[in-house]
Amino acid sequence: MTSVAPAKLKHRVELTLDGKTVAAAEGATILDVCREQGIDVPTLCYLETLTPVNVCRVCVVELAGSRTLVPSCSRRVEEGMSVDTQSDRVRTSRRLVLELLASSVDLSLAGGSLSRWMEEYGAHPERFGPAADPTTGDERDRAHAGHHEIGNGLVANTVAQPAKRDNPQYVRDYSRCILCYKCVEACGEDAQNTFAIAVAGRGFDARISTEFNVGLPESACVYCGNCIGVCPTGALMFSSEFDLRSHGEWDEARQHVTRTVCPYCGVGCNLELHVQDNRIVKVTSPLDHDVTSGHLCVKGRFGFEFAQARKEPEQERPRAAR
Amino acid sequence: MDLKVNEAPPSTLERAAVDAVLGAPTSGWSGGDRGPLDGHVAFAGSRRAGRRRNLLLPVLRAVQDRAGWVSPQALGYICTCLDIPPAEAYGVASAYALISLEQRPSIVVHVCDDIACRAMTGDPGPELERRIGPEGSGGTVEWRRSPCLGSCEHGSAAFVQVAGATGWHATVAPCSPGDVAAMVAAGTSLDPELFAPTAALIPQARNDRTALRLLRRAGTGELESLDSYRAAGGYQALRRALELGPIGVIAELNEAKLLGRGGAAFPTGAKWEALARNPLRPHYFVANADESEPGTFKDRVLLETDPFGLVEALTIAGLTTGAEQGFVYVRGEYQLAAQRLLHAAEQARTRGLLGDDVMSSGLRFDLEVRKGAGAYIAGEETALFNSIEGRRPEPRNKPPYPVDRGLFGKPTGVNNVETLYCVLEVLTTGSQAFATTGTPASSGTRLFCLSGRVAEPGLYEVPLGTSLRALLKSAGGVRDGRPLRAVLLGGAAGSFVGPGELDLELSFEGVRTAGTTLGSGVVMVLDDTVDTLEVLTRIARFFRDESCGQCVPCRIGTQRQEELLSRLGRPTSSRALVEERALLADLGSVMRDASICGLGQTASSAVESALAKGLIAQDKEES
Ligand SMILES: Cc1cc2nc3c(=O)[nH]c(=O)nc-3n(C[C@H](O)[C@H](O)[C@H](O)COP(=O)(O)O)c2cc1C
Ligand code: SF4
Ligand code: SF4
Ligand code: SF4
Ligand code: FES
Ligand code: FES
Repeated sequence: MTSVAPAKLKHRVELTLDGKTVAAAEGATILDVCREQGIDVPTLCYLETLTPVNVCRVCVVELAGSRTLVPSCSRRVEEGMSVDTQSDRVRTSRRLVLELLASSVDLSLAGGSLSRWMEEYGAHPERFGPAADPTTGDERDRAHAGHHEIGNGLVANTVAQPAKRDNPQYVRDYSRCILCYKCVEACGEDAQNTFAIAVAGRGFDARISTEFNVGLPESACVYCGNCIGVCPTGALMFSSEFDLRSHGEWDEARQHVTRTVCPYCGVGCNLELHVQDNRIVKVTSPLDHDVTSGHLCVKGRFGFEFAQARKEPEQERPRAAR
Repeated sequence: MDLKVNEAPPSTLERAAVDAVLGAPTSGWSGGDRGPLDGHVAFAGSRRAGRRRNLLLPVLRAVQDRAGWVSPQALGYICTCLDIPPAEAYGVASAYALISLEQRPSIVVHVCDDIACRAMTGDPGPELERRIGPEGSGGTVEWRRSPCLGSCEHGSAAFVQVAGATGWHATVAPCSPGDVAAMVAAGTSLDPELFAPTAALIPQARNDRTALRLLRRAGTGELESLDSYRAAGGYQALRRALELGPIGVIAELNEAKLLGRGGAAFPTGAKWEALARNPLRPHYFVANADESEPGTFKDRVLLETDPFGLVEALTIAGLTTGAEQGFVYVRGEYQLAAQRLLHAAEQARTRGLLGDDVMSSGLRFDLEVRKGAGAYIAGEETALFNSIEGRRPEPRNKPPYPVDRGLFGKPTGVNNVETLYCVLEVLTTGSQAFATTGTPASSGTRLFCLSGRVAEPGLYEVPLGTSLRALLKSAGGVRDGRPLRAVLLGGAAGSFVGPGELDLELSFEGVRTAGTTLGSGVVMVLDDTVDTLEVLTRIARFFRDESCGQCVPCRIGTQRQEELLSRLGRPTSSRALVEERALLADLGSVMRDASICGLGQTASSAVESALAKGLIAQDKEES
């Protein structure tokens, strides 16, 4: 057996990033290198624990010699590449991606980085006109490929629709869905291998759906909640959180997070219990945890009621005599 | 993976449709009755079953054809047989316009209201609404608007989809609103015999056949049998290819400087060479016959009039690049083309021109015909692979390129139909003759689809480098001698050329310099009677309907572009034109720069060029 020289194991490639020559590990993505170099690149559909789908296009950068911009989250570095992360073309495209999304999706729970990017790139989603009225039924779920109602153009169409609440565990509010594919990946090949949900329809009518839009209890869903764990916009949400929010009682300042180990089996998944007013309101797992990569099963995710089920003293039965 | 499927049994009709494609299930695990052993055997086999996933679209089509829609029970049965999660199968089915997931009448007439037909005969919508009722109504027969059906030379067209135990489809062109109304009135007694295909229009074939190279056999009526094809010079190219061997064939293609006719003008020799050299096996080769670009009908004409040509050319491609399995992906509405192709392949197979020992060379090649189901995007090469594989027709990110990772993740070659007929031409006349036709940088002849307000619409073949003026002249110029307003070059994804630019040289370099494109060979003539804004609105609707929806710039950008154009046509819009222009420029740049595939990248090109040439502003002022 011949030994492999260490230099061969980790090839380094040199590229130019915003005018600066930098070295990077072969196989790294442009995004990896940007992060190493402290360059802020917005991302929406990218998550460390999932296969990149490169669909949101907010992370695009300009690559010398390429006709179009390239998605930094999935494009691998090559020797001699010259990349510009802040050119006018890049900034325009990022701004437009943010504007297009914000003009059609409710991003109010999409987190602090998103509002920061909106500001940084000067996104004005209202340019497309006032939002159209939300749909009130299952119109979006029944859209037939290649056919749609044409509006008068005076209002901007959106994905606003009623939230889907068909099970006790969690709510699907696709008014907030940016179609990042993360939940589909988490439910499928990247984590749960259950394939309860998929992308259906096409174009502006594309949506996350079960078969024939059946409710989750009729679908293959096993309530692992891994889709909730990866959803960046709050479209998928614990019912407990959804209810508190709709009553205006959700208050992160009043919450603390306790990290613990799931008591159900020997795998050792780490749990983060989000507790408000001494009630568990949501369970997550750290993305960087080496057992879970953020994913759990139904027991760890939703099996917490026992911890807060308080028996009333009068209901306690007298102890049986020995 | 455990499947959880709808367990309600499929109807007899649905079951028969599925079994006709897949064969009867062999155990309770794959949809059959549960046998005594089924509870006791476990197959570690989802990979094994998953191999049949590529039959998903054929089986969905079979159910659609017989039952008229894909019901939850039918989908459940399909998923059990193929071991596919139902949510995924639903996601696939819902991406195709010709598959219905809700019950609807057993006869659906899809009436073309796209730009070429509109330019020639107007929007059929209002008259259909008056005579039959709104889209989607009509009792046992309903009508629906359809994008271009690839029969634009006739100026109006409809695709009739009839479900039943003996379901059938046919394209009717020309087809007036009156004809559609008659179909609706006939109801279920509609007789397929009435739908004899109309011959394709190839005006040059009537006058002067000497100019025809790719179309030399087209419309000569000798092509029903392999013998007549051989008598007309068929299979000489394959013989020559076998003499030359792969290296020789690739050298010929390189010397001929053949560039792909599918839109991107990629050198065919280089593509074949990269595939031939790739050491990974197996290789696949795909003929892209999904032709759905509005205004395009060239591939349909080639396949309908000279089907053996494609079989021969694809065989050459396979033998040269080391692919033993070929696929022809035919647009779902091209029933006649698919039928003639299947017939040609069958004859070639029985005569040893396909199979284990092609032309006694000891080499193996065979091909399979796959039908689409109503999705323009499935013509993008990587979306096409996904479509064959039984996945959603969504384009993949590139790199990796198809010659490295294509169909089923294996090295794959893909060429447009016209490109493959050019290969025959290179091999029969020699690379020299091919390279000296056309211009130095654009060799050979090119097929142009003339439609709209032109005196003699039809398919024309001219050497590359011919001027637009000369091409229009050979088609008799603008109909009724009216003034030309603009020519749409390259289709919905192309751009407009004004009356002052008719000296444009129709070559790859000529159009590049002029900032336009040959695209799929569309030359659509618009005169002063055509409402340009209406044409643009229809183009915007096309992209809005055909976007796969994967990436943000295209999914939402095409929606916003459609809204913008609807607004432009309305006096109630308070927005200034300059404001709309700025918005459109922004939409154009994000779609062009940041979309995953060519659909989004070109979705604003026609609209932007119309604005740049003053075609919209003019309309606004006039109204
Ligand atoms: C949205 C879209 C649709 C396309 N449709 C077709 C088509 O119907 N037929 C075709 O040959 N190429 C089509 N193409 C181009 C193919 O991706 C591919 O480039 C072509 O088949 C390569 O063949 P060529 O090298 O012979 O030109 C399409 C591309 C895009 C982006
Ligand atoms: S809860 Fe788990 S199984 Fe259910 S849809 Fe989400 S990821 Fe899939
Ligand atoms: S529901 Fe959430 S995770 Fe799923 S696609 Fe929408 S935004 Fe992404
Ligand atoms: S550009 Fe349009 S069609 Fe192409 S991948 Fe993106 S959404 Fe799909
Ligand atoms: S983060 Fe790269 S495309 Fe979405
Ligand atoms: S068939 Fe009507 S536009 Fe092509």
